[in-house]
Amino acid sequence: MDAVATETGVLLDYLLHLGDNALVLAQRNCQWCGVGPVLEEDLALANQSLDLIGQARLLYQEAARVQGGGATEDTLAYFRDDTAFRNYVLLELPASLPRVGYAQGDMDWGVTLARNFLYSALMVPLWEALQNSGHAPLAAIAAKSLKEARYHLRHASEWVVRLGDGTDESHARMQAAFDHLMPYTQEFWVPSDFERAAVEAGIGVDVTALQAGWRATVAATLQEATLRVPSDQGYVPQGKNGVHSEHLSYLLAEMQSVARAHPGAQW
Amino acid sequence: MTTTAVPPVNADTLARVRAALDALTDPEIPVVTLAEMGIVRDVRAAPDDPSQVEVVITPTYSGCPAMGQIEDDVRATLQRLGVPARVVTQLAPAWTTDWMSDAAREKLRAYGIAPPGRCQAEAGSPGAHVVRWVPRAADAVACPRCGSTHTREVSRFGSTACKALWQCLDCHEPFDHFKPH
Repeated sequence: MDAVATETGVLLDYLLHLGDNALVLAQRNCQWCGVGPVLEEDLALANQSLDLIGQARLLYQEAARVQGGGATEDTLAYFRDDTAFRNYVLLELPASLPRVGYAQGDMDWGVTLARNFLYSALMVPLWEALQNSGHAPLAAIAAKSLKEARYHLRHASEWVVRLGDGTDESHARMQAAFDHLMPYTQEFWVPSDFERAAVEAGIGVDVTALQAGWRATVAATLQEATLRVPSDQGYVPQGKNGVHSEHLSYLLAEMQSVARAHPGAQW
Repeated sequence: MTTTAVPPVNADTLARVRAALDALTDPEIPVVTLAEMGIVRDVRAAPDDPSQVEVVITPTYSGCPAMGQIEDDVRATLQRLGVPARVVTQLAPAWTTDWMSDAAREKLRAYGIAPPGRCQAEAGSPGAHVVRWVPRAADAVACPRCGSTHTREVSRFGSTACKALWQCLDCHEPFDHFKPH
């Protein structure tokens, strides 16, 4: 009985981790909708956010089925608080370079695309491996998401090279973006308890096995972009365990407020 | 033991449902039917309840906003027929543009959308498909207006998730290209 309960909990956490990653990054990238640098790129980011929201929906629907007790994709997206979210901290950061205190910076295209690159370079091999997940619905979601992640990686890589190997200004800003974000990627490689348990249960993927390939992708693309691979030392974020930056709370407040003001509303 | 009053679904009913569903088109590309798009995967007697018809649909892109409309259209059609039926969404195997019929490709072209080239199954990775970034000569995207293959990609992300924006370099027509997926 306990073993069954634990296995359900592991599967649920694992599905939420993947779903939260997709939803939080989708919400961040949606902030470019209507204010993208050019129309085609505005559409590109909106399109990718749509893919990510679609992935999040499939994962939340499955998580809700596993959880039972009246859970739905909407209760999982709109009625969980920040500490219940299991996304990487990298994905909740504002799309700007760090500022002091509450100062707000303009959204930065370089930070946006550097993040999309670092994340999709992980998700392509992760979805690839998850196609063999012992949990069949997750394997099916992985096969669908993989195709989309490949497009996202391609798009982000092109921008990393274009801006890195661009003007002095674009090069410096792209480098600053990677210097800022790289330490947050450490969270990818430190498995949480539920990730370890998911690997043991044959549901999840051993992320540490993906690290060498990810490093090679990052090194090759940054080299082509004439950028330096920054160090990834220091504090290891714990978003997967519900320990987030303050930025997630603001992001969720914006995303969840309408659903919470009108619970049960249909439209 | 009582015998159920509802008879199992017969071949005639299934044929009637298929014919009715064949009239349904993609909400965003009204020249092709759901069956031609490969979205309606199966019409069958429900495995666990043979008195009921089960229509299996599969989403194209995970976030395709037309999927809700498509499911509603299918439900409404089934309701009109008065046949006890349900709609089931199935993810695996993942939808691919390779399921699009040749007739559907020609209809897309006539409608002004360059149809997708063929994907190839990736060796050793079941269910995955290689997306070819740089079209080889044989796969060049032909302008749906003048047929020239002297074309260029303007943006990989176009008016909908499934399409990219292209332009013909001969007749200068800007056009949508249905991405191989």
